[in-house]
Amino acid sequence: MLWVNWYFFFAERTAATASPDATGRQDVTVIVRGGYDPSTIRVKAGRPLRLVFDRQETSGCSEEIVFPDFNLRKFLPSNQRTIIELTPPTAGTYEFTCGMSMLHGRVIAE
Amino acid sequence: MATTNIVHTEMPRAPSGGRKVVIPVTGMTCAACEARIQRTLSKSPGVVDASVNLMMGNATVSFDPAATSPETLVDTIRATGYGAEVPTQERTAFEEQEARDRAQEDEFLELRRKAIASGVVGVIAMIVSMPLMAAAPHGGQGTVADPFMRWVMTSLTPPLRAVVPWLYAIPTPLLSYGLLVLTLATMAWAGRRFYVRAWMSFRHHSADMNTLIAVGTSAAFIYSLIVTLAPRFFITHGVEPDVYYEAVVIIIALILTGNAFEARAKRQTATALRALARLQPKTARVVRDDRELDVGIDEVRHDDVVVVRPGERLPVDGEIIAGRSAVDESMLTGESIPVEKHVGDRVIGATINGTGSFRYRATTLGADSVLAQIVKLMRDAQGSRAPIQKLADRVSSVFVPVVISIAVATFVVWFVALHASGAVGGAAVVRAFSAAVAVLIIACPCAMGLAVPTAVMVSSGKGAELGILIKGGEALQRAGDLTTVVLDKTGTVTEGRPTVTDVIRSGDDARSREELLSLVASIEHSSEHPLADAIVRYAGEQRVALSTVEGFQSVTGRGATGVVEGHAVAVGNTALMADYVVDVTSLATDAARLSAEGKTPMYVAVDGQLAGLIAVADPIKPTSRAAIAQLRAMGLDVIMLTGDNQRTADAVGREAGVDRVVAGVLPEAKVAEIARLQEQGEVVAMVGDGINDGAAIARSDLGVAIASGTDVAVEAADVALMRGDLGGVVQAIELSRRTMRTMKQNLFWAFVYNVVGIPVAAGVLYPFFGILLSPILASAAMAFSSVSVVSNSLRLRRFRAV
Repeated sequence: MLWVNWYFFFAERTAATASPDATGRQDVTVIVRGGYDPSTIRVKAGRPLRLVFDRQETSGCSEEIVFPDFNLRKFLPSNQRTIIELTPPTAGTYEFTCGMSMLHGRVIAE
Repeated sequence: MATTNIVHTEMPRAPSGGRKVVIPVTGMTCAACEARIQRTLSKSPGVVDASVNLMMGNATVSFDPAATSPETLVDTIRATGYGAEVPTQERTAFEEQEARDRAQEDEFLELRRKAIASGVVGVIAMIVSMPLMAAAPHGGQGTVADPFMRWVMTSLTPPLRAVVPWLYAIPTPLLSYGLLVLTLATMAWAGRRFYVRAWMSFRHHSADMNTLIAVGTSAAFIYSLIVTLAPRFFITHGVEPDVYYEAVVIIIALILTGNAFEARAKRQTATALRALARLQPKTARVVRDDRELDVGIDEVRHDDVVVVRPGERLPVDGEIIAGRSAVDESMLTGESIPVEKHVGDRVIGATINGTGSFRYRATTLGADSVLAQIVKLMRDAQGSRAPIQKLADRVSSVFVPVVISIAVATFVVWFVALHASGAVGGAAVVRAFSAAVAVLIIACPCAMGLAVPTAVMVSSGKGAELGILIKGGEALQRAGDLTTVVLDKTGTVTEGRPTVTDVIRSGDDARSREELLSLVASIEHSSEHPLADAIVRYAGEQRVALSTVEGFQSVTGRGATGVVEGHAVAVGNTALMADYVVDVTSLATDAARLSAEGKTPMYVAVDGQLAGLIAVADPIKPTSRAAIAQLRAMGLDVIMLTGDNQRTADAVGREAGVDRVVAGVLPEAKVAEIARLQEQGEVVAMVGDGINDGAAIARSDLGVAIASGTDVAVEAADVALMRGDLGGVVQAIELSRRTMRTMKQNLFWAFVYNVVGIPVAAGVLYPFFGILLSPILASAAMAFSSVSVVSNSLRLRRFRAV
């Protein structure tokens, strides 16, 4: 039981750090397959961020991506890349989830 | 031409049957760069044709999708030292919906196929397991842990023995192995999705519905497998070698069935968007080179002249330049009566022309069109979340691990308790195990995840159908909490267009009403005052001829004077009359009465003598009174805000039936008034046209803008009404309240379902009532709990306009 809780709540998740290119934009590709890989994305605040969601499955669970802070809900077609562009306005953690809030990821702006 | 970086691309079919892609390329400075990229691309494997455009900054490539991909092409370009991007698939809302529909339809068909097949296998498995249970010592009666199966067995065994006695003659190990194969096949084919997805989630340190089903069914399967392979082990420990294969198959079948129903129901939540998509005609008839020709909707250009015949659907937005007709705008505005349209009036694409014909100039196209704006607002609303969702989110994120923990705890508690009560070790294991599986299976996080989004989805669709665009879940929620509605007077409660209401002749004057009106209108024709416009329009409607005016003079704050047909005419207030020493006593009572009614009276003097009185007012919209009465009946305080003087404001307020009138408010002061109400603890909606009350709309808790013309998306507003009358405000609030109620019902049901279901499955009722939940019944409950939530949201589609 302890292990179950440790594994789901505290174990280290995959993380990625995006660094801005010459034009100041940051690019990250997220693989969507039963979850988000990487699920934690570290970026610079105030710079445009381009997330490419590469959905490699047909499972209905991940068919939508939601960024509640940006009022954004988008359909991710199966086996395609979908680009989401946003700019984290200030430093902070911005969660993203699937349409039913079962899969979780976050953008940490610094 | 501006060298915009084109990020938009479609994937049209290339002639070769391959695909075509437009890739934005950066860093090209000269023709040599262009040639170099083109050469490199052309030589890449899988490329049929490549053309690079320096000016446009992109590369158009036809390629064989089997041999290469846009990503590879981008890498190829990057390898040459230039920047390139995988093109964004900028989809329109309609295309996105189509893609989603296709995906959901495929999903539904697959689910249905698998649900039916596994259901058939489940029934076979159940029949085959009958002799197995009967073969157990005591005929299985004593120890079959699953109460549902025990019931099935008792009622099914006698007829089964009579119909297929040979089944009972087959050796039990053979039956066990047969079931093993059948179950394994079902799990691998129909149940595969659960296991694959559970594993995927697990690798991401997360867990979902699939995890629960996978763990539950796998546990039952593995237990049965060990029983089948090593029955002796169980017998020596005093446990009957029962198998649970049929439960595994039936659980998979039931959950697939539930998922299929859910997929179908979820599809229905998007009906409104599909209906809007169908409104857009594919072609338009335009005039080019003096000829009428049909062109694709994408080819219509700004300022094109569009020809519309009776009964046709208007292809684009525009302004009528010739002809007249009544246009049915109900599909966009919810207004059921066709609207009369004349030259100069705006018409909206997707509405239906009545019996007349007309020509109009195309004004807004594509993404700027009213239809596209409505769809965009609706999509945005559906993408937003209601604050109420936060609670569901918090529970969802910890749900599955908690349930797994409860299941483990259930097993331990049962085992220890049964052991202590002296049960045989093996029997304790079986019962504890069954309860733990039931816990895993009955828990349903889906219902919680679907509770709020499906309600937002259905209600924003319903709103769009009624011409009410609510921008998001937060607005919906606030609309449900309102206590006060503030209405702007001009253009919201009233028509916003002054009209002549009274023409009174002076008793001493010989002129007829028409003659008087002609004199006044002639003077006012030269004036630019809004009241003057009302008089001229009125004269036109009354078919009164106008004469030329000499020496026209506008006296600011007083009126206007001039000479018409040799007569000196003055039209204005008491001050103007005093200037010309005109005695107004004979009509002073009338003037006072008209003022008290909220009208603006103007004296008319001809050659120094009082000739009459003409009154102008901004009439109340015919629908305002009823709508305001409804708002008050809904328990809301209705306040009217206006810049007019107290007397006029009171008169209009009385007629409209509002609770309170705040007069003499300058546009800037409207914000302060809203803030003051908010300080008093009121939740305030501000309703206006969004033009001179934008700030007040923004300040209020719920800004409602009555959309005018073709600009649907009033920035500051939370709700845009496509229709001018206040009935839309009533509907918007009512719909929001209903939606909130639905969300709460859904959340309540989802929570209560789990809060009650999980303990029952864990067996808390057993010590008191001897009630234990069968894993099979648990799976049926789980499968239909999410269907019921979606169905409840779908009830909002039946929302009736009040």
